[in-house]
Amino acid sequence: MSNHQLTVSDLTVAYNRVPALHHLSFQARCGQCVALLGPNGAGKSTLIKALCGLVPRETGAISFHGHAVNGPNREFAYLPQREQIDWDFPATVRGLVEMGRYQRAGWWRWFSKEDEKAVAEAIHLMQLEDLVDRQISALSGGQQQRAFLARALAQQAHVFLLDEPFTGLDKPNQDNLKQLLRTLRDQGKLLLVSHHDLGSVREIFDSVLLLNGELIASGPVEETFTEENTQKTYGMKVFSGPGAGHHHHHHHDHAHS
Amino acid sequence: MNWLLEPFTHDFMQRALVGGALIGFVNGFLGGFVVLRRLALMADSLSHSMLPGLALGVMVAGGLSLTALFFGGLAAALFVALGSLLVARSSRLKEDTALAILYTMAVSLGLVLLSMVKVRVSLNHYLFGNILGLSNSDLWLAYGVTLITVPLLAALQRPYLLLLFEPAVARSQGVRVGWLNLLLIVLLVITMVSSVQAVGVILMLGLLIAPAATVYLLADSFPAMLWGGGFIGAIGSVAGLFLSYYIPNLPSGAAIVLSLGAIFMASWIFSPRYGVLRHLLHPRHFHDESLARWPGDEKDRPA
Repeated sequence: MSNHQLTVSDLTVAYNRVPALHHLSFQARCGQCVALLGPNGAGKSTLIKALCGLVPRETGAISFHGHAVNGPNREFAYLPQREQIDWDFPATVRGLVEMGRYQRAGWWRWFSKEDEKAVAEAIHLMQLEDLVDRQISALSGGQQQRAFLARALAQQAHVFLLDEPFTGLDKPNQDNLKQLLRTLRDQGKLLLVSHHDLGSVREIFDSVLLLNGELIASGPVEETFTEENTQKTYGMKVFSGPGAGHHHHHHHDHAHS
Repeated sequence: MNWLLEPFTHDFMQRALVGGALIGFVNGFLGGFVVLRRLALMADSLSHSMLPGLALGVMVAGGLSLTALFFGGLAAALFVALGSLLVARSSRLKEDTALAILYTMAVSLGLVLLSMVKVRVSLNHYLFGNILGLSNSDLWLAYGVTLITVPLLAALQRPYLLLLFEPAVARSQGVRVGWLNLLLIVLLVITMVSSVQAVGVILMLGLLIAPAATVYLLADSFPAMLWGGGFIGAIGSVAGLFLSYYIPNLPSGAAIVLSLGAIFMASWIFSPRYGVLRHLLHPRHFHDESLARWPGDEKDRPA
């Protein structure tokens, strides 16, 4: 039963001993497209970073396919926000997609047939054949997204962690990205996508995870993405430790600064 | 052809040409990492931080001793690099501020040490180099540094590429970011130590940065940037040496850096893709941008 399942239990993440996420527990399956929703500072990016081992955990455990996930894991592919990328970097689309294979190919071995095949398939699936030799800044915003998704595909990751991928895209490119996310979901990937446009949740995602420093609700869109739950998520102050106004059990020490 | 071969008949020119090509290559190769990691400012500070090493050499050996310079320079530069990291991480100061304080401290320490020795030392060679005076041990050092730095960095190209492009993603893929950064700084320092005799601490930054900046404007591939940088560094150094051989009184270190600078200016102006001329003659057409908004039309777009 634990196969193809991501389980997060009692996850707490803190920056400089100030917790950003409290005792978060949820489950998600491969083949799901999950929206991470919540106001600024709710811990969406923090959750994504914790899942790919970029920030240390104070408490809790993460497991995928029944195996504990501790630190970097090639099943997880992280796509950072656009602003975090140096678009002038000397890399072409092909070069970018090949980066996804480095971990499997090893740090210095030549690419095997399998590596070449994975790169070619990822390029094909993301409709980038005509752009492989373009430098990454010479692409439109939507093409750039596709190039980064292709890299994650070449990595043969199962969990895609996308940080605000729809930000800064115009309507046609947003529609295109929606389509691609569906394609990836139908391929059995688990997509965890931080998102801020509540109006488009229903047409893109099948599940939601409502966050505000802690878990407000999680589950299928129809049941969970309700007026009441979004009110709860966005209507109250960002949780900031004990004394924020409701009952909460702490098994760890907070730094009060 | 005779005029081209004549310099090779002199022993000191042979050494200078071999040493210049090696040092030019390893600096140009390393430069790609420094440019992409935006370490130029740190590299400059580190090169100046080697002064206590020089002073130590004078105190111990009574002259510019390579061994003392090597270890003193390495220690001072690592103290400055790691110290500034420590100060920046443990306070609200940013790294460039911490770097500025620590590197001027290192230079001052060097001056204090120098004032304590009875021998009067000319800082001229240290500041501007003297490639025509390369000794055999200088050459061995250049060989050694090239043989360590280039193969090591070439072997670690993939993790370094990930690290330089997106440090966060690199970490999430299991790249040891901290160790690779430290290794890069150590290799940078030993390369600098091997370059002091040739171009001096003031000019070595040009040798390190100009070739990489040149290729950055010409190519869109990381390996091309590294090997191309090495190649241009070697060519530029040799060209500078030839110039200084035929033009009387032209200082060789300056001739090398000016040659590399000229190559850089040429690529800045004439680069087919990123040159200023191209930008002036072919400004990006608005229609290109608007076409890019409809994915279905990509095939019709001019490349």
